[in-house]
Amino acid sequence: MSESTRDAFEQALDTREIRGRSLYVDAWHRLLKNKAAVAGLVVLAIMVVLVLVGPLLSQWDHEIPDWEHYSTPPSLETGHVFGTDAIGRDLFVRTMIGGQVSLLVGLLATLVSLVIGVTYGAVAGYLGGRADNVMMRFVDAVYAMPFMFFVILLMVVFGRNIFLIFIAIGAINWLDMARIVRGQTLSLKNKDFVEAARACGATEAQIIRRHIIPNLLGVVIVYVTLTIPQVILVESFLSFLGLGVQEPLTSWGALVNEGAQELETAPWSLMFPAAFLAVTLFAFNFLGDGLRDALDPKDRL
Amino acid sequence: MLKYSLRRLASAIPTLFLLITVAFFLIRIAPGGPFDSERALPPEIEANLAAKYHLDEPLVFQYARYLWQIARLDFGPSFHYRDWTVNDLILQGAPVSFTLGILALAIALVVGVLVGAWAALRQNRPGDYAVMSFAMIGISIPNFVMAPLLILLFAITLGWLPAGGWEYTPSRTVLPVVTLALPMIAYIARITRGSMIEVLHSSYIRTVRAKGMPEKEVILRHALKPALLPVISYLGPAAAAIMTGSVVVERIFTIPGIGTYFVQGALNRDYTLVMGVVILYGMLIILFNFLVDLLYAWLDPRIHYDDGEAEA
Amino acid sequence: MKRGALSLLLATLLAACGAPAPDEDAPRPPRLPVPMEVAFDDDGRPLPEVLADEQVLYRGNGEEPQTLDPHLGEGVPTANILRDLFEGLTTTAPDGRIVPGAAIHWDISRDGLTYTFFLDPDGRWSNGEPVTAHDFVWSWRRVVDPTTGAAYGRMLAPVVNAEAIFSGELSPEELGVTALSDTSFQVQLDDPTPYFLGLLTHPTTYPVFRPALEEHGSMHVRPGNLVSNGAYRLTDWQVRSRIVLERNEHFRDADNVIIERVVFYPFEDENTEFNRFRAGDLHWTYQVPSAQFSWLKSNMDEALKISPWFGTYFFSFNLTREPFEDSLALRQALNLAVDREIITERVTRFGEMPTFNLVPPGLPDYEPYEPEHAAWTQAEREDEARRLYRQAGYSESQPLTVELRYNTSENHRKIAVAIAAMWKQTLGVRTRLINEEFRVFLQNRAQRRVTQAFRAGWIGDYMDAFTFLELFHSGHGRNDAGYSNPRFDRLLERIASERIPAKRRNLMVEAERMLLDDQVVLPVFYYMIRRLIDPRLQGWDENIMDYHLTRHMYLVKSQAEEVHDGESEE
Repeated sequence: MSESTRDAFEQALDTREIRGRSLYVDAWHRLLKNKAAVAGLVVLAIMVVLVLVGPLLSQWDHEIPDWEHYSTPPSLETGHVFGTDAIGRDLFVRTMIGGQVSLLVGLLATLVSLVIGVTYGAVAGYLGGRADNVMMRFVDAVYAMPFMFFVILLMVVFGRNIFLIFIAIGAINWLDMARIVRGQTLSLKNKDFVEAARACGATEAQIIRRHIIPNLLGVVIVYVTLTIPQVILVESFLSFLGLGVQEPLTSWGALVNEGAQELETAPWSLMFPAAFLAVTLFAFNFLGDGLRDALDPKDRL
Repeated sequence: MLKYSLRRLASAIPTLFLLITVAFFLIRIAPGGPFDSERALPPEIEANLAAKYHLDEPLVFQYARYLWQIARLDFGPSFHYRDWTVNDLILQGAPVSFTLGILALAIALVVGVLVGAWAALRQNRPGDYAVMSFAMIGISIPNFVMAPLLILLFAITLGWLPAGGWEYTPSRTVLPVVTLALPMIAYIARITRGSMIEVLHSSYIRTVRAKGMPEKEVILRHALKPALLPVISYLGPAAAAIMTGSVVVERIFTIPGIGTYFVQGALNRDYTLVMGVVILYGMLIILFNFLVDLLYAWLDPRIHYDDGEAEA
Repeated sequence: MKRGALSLLLATLLAACGAPAPDEDAPRPPRLPVPMEVAFDDDGRPLPEVLADEQVLYRGNGEEPQTLDPHLGEGVPTANILRDLFEGLTTTAPDGRIVPGAAIHWDISRDGLTYTFFLDPDGRWSNGEPVTAHDFVWSWRRVVDPTTGAAYGRMLAPVVNAEAIFSGELSPEELGVTALSDTSFQVQLDDPTPYFLGLLTHPTTYPVFRPALEEHGSMHVRPGNLVSNGAYRLTDWQVRSRIVLERNEHFRDADNVIIERVVFYPFEDENTEFNRFRAGDLHWTYQVPSAQFSWLKSNMDEALKISPWFGTYFFSFNLTREPFEDSLALRQALNLAVDREIITERVTRFGEMPTFNLVPPGLPDYEPYEPEHAAWTQAEREDEARRLYRQAGYSESQPLTVELRYNTSENHRKIAVAIAAMWKQTLGVRTRLINEEFRVFLQNRAQRRVTQAFRAGWIGDYMDAFTFLELFHSGHGRNDAGYSNPRFDRLLERIASERIPAKRRNLMVEAERMLLDDQVVLPVFYYMIRRLIDPRLQGWDENIMDYHLTRHMYLVKSQAEEVHDGESEE
């Protein structure tokens, strides 16, 4: 997340627009002052490195069971520091692999919904009038559909595939983004600096690129940080229904679900994945809240 | 206001129509049919069953038949629960889901707003962090973990409450309602905190404070009301979602609500049942969004409908 | 206004959080009660003084029944309820023996083709009307009528003309059944069917009450409408919540029915059912979560009941497609590479019996063929597996890539993962695990267009090896392997018409051997019945069909209650 924030910051500088610059420089400073948000950022960075490097450090494979040690508690002697699952697979490696999948699904699904949502919302807001009205009615209609039902049907129709999972989630999750972006665009396009740019002879495309999009970045960043944890939870819900990623791959949701079945008999199989999941969601939420506080333009008044 | 209401209701019709159409065709694309079973039926019998439920007709005919049927408020027989009609099943399940949903909503609203407002007054101080961290547990632990934990603690270990099952009694309602309410408390607390902070920084509140009004009165009389607006717009879709049940809570506590039908109906290819609950959900969403808008207008007459958008 | 709303909210809140009322069914502590010693009277009935005061049985019962129409119902949970509501011509004793039911005795002609049943003159419907031979005639015609859509209509296939009626060539009136009088019912069979009396315990052969069907149509199974001839009648049905049956006072043997009321609870999740049992809400569970074995063994051993079931868990190969078409050596290699001991000991864990056979043990006169490799050590099997694998043209550098399909379930998942790992470790096979939702899975299996290896399994419908063998007839609707062997088909036809039991048995052994030698399936283990039963519940017995009629059961006082009673009397 730190990267996209920095990108946003640099882009803001590129707009050569005094308002934009002060907005993002200010925001960055505000963010650094928010301890919870900074902690969230640091935790996420560590988490990403850990799930990527973790599996390389272990002697175990995420796929092949250690037949001698099934359902064993964490132990340094056996080499299974997080214990093993019901079949004997190392839970440390599986938790790391699960983390890769969960984070990837979260990120990609969010990107899918971001692309659809921003485009749709910006176009609707910018065009305004009847086009806007029709486009928003459509959003209302899709809003009235039970989200989970559609994800499940998509899973059933197109089979179980990790890429389809995030496309399905993303394709349905874009509605909020579209609404927010449209609202922002509507209010932005009548602002003085846009009028001024138009008066100076800027084309519509230039106005969208130079003024509308950079000013939308704030909401978009907040949205992304708050949507990723939601998507990770949706994926875990799919795992609960048995519609998650295919074995031998796994996700935090799938691991937590397996662990919840053995709550009493093998608490470690719930504890570790659940802790990773919860810490990550915490971090995203704190970072998201921090970003919202930092970027919310109304707060600066 | 009346004109606006009528226009809103009229605009709900194409929304519902679109919803019905998409859901109808989507569920039928799914491979497999309602009468597939491990004991393969002889082909003649399968054909007879299909004919009985008009599944042998072209899809467009079935669609037209279905529209005509629901126009008369008849959702047809359930394809899976063959002794019951969809109307029966919804009439049995919806009161259960509504009861749990409304209770959870009420608790979440009270607790969430109190916690959120309290945290806002202590922005970025230890109290704020502590309360918000606690609230966030509700979002960070999936409910399919929370529910078994609650059962283990309160039903098995302490023996205070039943481990599941459904009656309209307080003791059977507590754990499911708590499970449902926890994530909502967290969301509402966060929204309240955010908007409360915003309101407290506004020039309006500064003016009121400058006039020397006691802090308590400032918050209760002037800050809380505008701060609740985003909570209310969150409540529209959230109420519809929570009142149509939760498959997780229903499965873990064996509760006969309608949430399961969204999932089981889809998995069993119970075409009519799924359509029934999807339409119910759509109608609730439309209704609640409409109520939210009315509430908005009542709380804040300056609201223009075309920019009263919900926050994420 | 606002304050009013707030206080309303608070009131609801308090109502929800309030302490449970004392009269409510508060959970008892999870300690298991110890039953009293049971004494019996001269007729073998338990003495009234040991019986619990409240004879209400709470049974966990798997998923919600799709219907309680005995002819349309499907699945084990439905059948459990139907066996209490209705009674066929024959029924089962607690140990699974076939005993007289609605018919008190019967004659079988010497050629084995004509059965004459003499109905119990005391037989009554739950509304007091007598059960007659005409009821059976009408009901059986309904079963074979293709417009009824009976799920197990094929159960009556041995009856004269049944097949032709299914396919619409003849009208249901042509079925080979006649009412000779009000109490004698005659059935003509096409082939001698040694298991025919066993079929008559199946819900598909139960009678239904014609006037109720004609009056209520598709609503005839609602409480209040349903008329049944069994030991119990339906009094309440809350979908996905409970089904309540009360003793049918008109039942022919009502005097010996002790349990007054049975409540069947549906469960969508085995852990939930387990928790309800632990909380003391259930006397009987449908299943047990497989992860809990060691916990149960040490904490609830008296309640944990494990016994063999008439079913086999196996995987099947799609013989119509690559890589398994014409590749016997490969199928054999994969079969040998699976270490069944590991799977039953570490994955399924409930003492399932590892097997290389298809037909489960427990049939009174069936001596199964044992494949040669069954006696080898696993190391020997793996060596042979590697040899066969190479013979089939695969090697380390040219490994087999195969898809292994299973339907969504924790157990299937674990077993498939273990098998894939074994194939990889022993042979280097690359397995793609594909977990499919049940309907998709069934359709893919039946179409045979995308499947390679897939999970299968079968619980026998009646006590005869034929219920397993017939699955592989080239024309059978569930022959998802696509096995098509004219010799095997002919063998099945000979079994169907064979009259001499010993010969018939030999033919069946021969048929099973053919299936195993052709390696159509990869058998893994025999299913076990596993459930928790309150020690106070007695009168039931283990049987491999897993039929447990509530009318044989009774609840006994616990020892604690006895002490309590004694004190209060003093």
